[in-house]
Amino acid sequence: MTLNWFKFASPASFYPLAGRLIPLFWSLTVALVLVGLYWGFFQTTDHLGGSNPQKEYYRIIFVHVPAAWMSMWLYLVMVVWAAIGLVFNTRLSFMMAKAIAPTGAIFTFLALWTGAFWGRPSWGTYWDWDPRLTSELVLFFLYIGYMALHAAIDDIRRADRAAALLALVGLVMVPVIYWSINCPDPNQCAALHQRSNLTRIDGNILFSMLTMTLGLWMYSFATSLTRLRGLILERESEAQWVRELIEHGEKQR
Amino acid sequence: MLRVFWCLLARDLRLALRRRTDVLTTLFFFIIVVSLFPLGVGSERQLLQLLGPGVVWVAALLASMLALERLFAADHEDGTLEQLLLTGQPLALLVLAKISAHWLLTGLPLVLIAPLAGMQYHLTGTAIGVMMLALLLGTPVLSLIGAIGAALTLGVRGGGILLSLLILPLYVPVLVYGAGAVEVSAVDLADIRPYLNLLGAFLLAALILAPVAAAAALRISLE
Repeated sequence: MTLNWFKFASPASFYPLAGRLIPLFWSLTVALVLVGLYWGFFQTTDHLGGSNPQKEYYRIIFVHVPAAWMSMWLYLVMVVWAAIGLVFNTRLSFMMAKAIAPTGAIFTFLALWTGAFWGRPSWGTYWDWDPRLTSELVLFFLYIGYMALHAAIDDIRRADRAAALLALVGLVMVPVIYWSINCPDPNQCAALHQRSNLTRIDGNILFSMLTMTLGLWMYSFATSLTRLRGLILERESEAQWVRELIEHGEKQR
Repeated sequence: MLRVFWCLLARDLRLALRRRTDVLTTLFFFIIVVSLFPLGVGSERQLLQLLGPGVVWVAALLASMLALERLFAADHEDGTLEQLLLTGQPLALLVLAKISAHWLLTGLPLVLIAPLAGMQYHLTGTAIGVMMLALLLGTPVLSLIGAIGAALTLGVRGGGILLSLLILPLYVPVLVYGAGAVEVSAVDLADIRPYLNLLGAFLLAALILAPVAAAAALRISLE
């Protein structure tokens, strides 16, 4: 069987596919997050925090780092969909970009929030104007700006395209965020965050962190697709298939 | 092609100079914001010297952002903008001409008035010189980036507030390095070069990319 990818570029055929995928992504989310959190909380006891109960707060890392990664990745994914929409003029890509934005904003907020709780015991402050924190805050503003611009324009076609262009322009900030932590010369950047280096992290912690990241990816898929289904119904409400769907219910299709 | 650029630039300048209050409002907004801070935080000499560069930069940011709304609005209302789109000339070039005129009317006066603000904050002569240089490199970037936001929010309700939400996050790097240059100049004058180099790099990148993006945004807003 050859798979026709373009078939799913049409909202009418993507809607049921998304409906079938969402439960799958939700169950993967629950499984991965449970494994990641269990491993992080109970299998890493004799490292870092184990001997010194006061340092147990480092376990925030299992939420903080995946959330921060997701905040950046989701922005990139959103921009890719926005760019595809601008180039090929496909309705579904714009809807996809719009569906991803709130999840990305939530992860950015979560990264800042957990970071504040981590910063208080380890650095003695909830907030510091460290380059990483500042640029993550800017990323949060970029998500908010994208959503605000989309909401302010009534004409959906213009709103989609204008917000997509704004997302593309905001892309210039992503390398800044990335290099604000992986600064080429540590002497040049006064930062509280140390350089990230995955090879130097203990295996158990890394396993838990990566499992959590995968779990959050699945969560992002699930929520974005749910939001996308809502958007499709809203925008295609005049279409025949949506009316039939509402009259006969989803099961009969 | 260059003639089109000069023609549009001269037209915008002439139009603006016939309504001088618009230009002066931006300038006085800048002066008022800068003058308010010492009243709020106290007039201690050392404190003001510390705050000065940042306050002047933030005030410049806000002033140039407030003026952005007018960049395309008047031409949009009377239909000139649509005619410009139909001329067959490269739209990015026309946008660049409009941005240049906008900077000459709002950015350049800020650079020239900056020494006055510097003196209010007891900045030294060298610091004022560095500030003017940094503003000279930085304010065009503000106008260039801002034009994208102004084009995107053209005719949108609540455009002004929305514009600030879209554009201010993108202004952050300019603010950091612009104010940083002045701060560093107090320690060692030789250290300001990387800051000015970076501001220059921002200017060149914005000069190439921003008109194209603003032109695309105009097309989206006017289709």
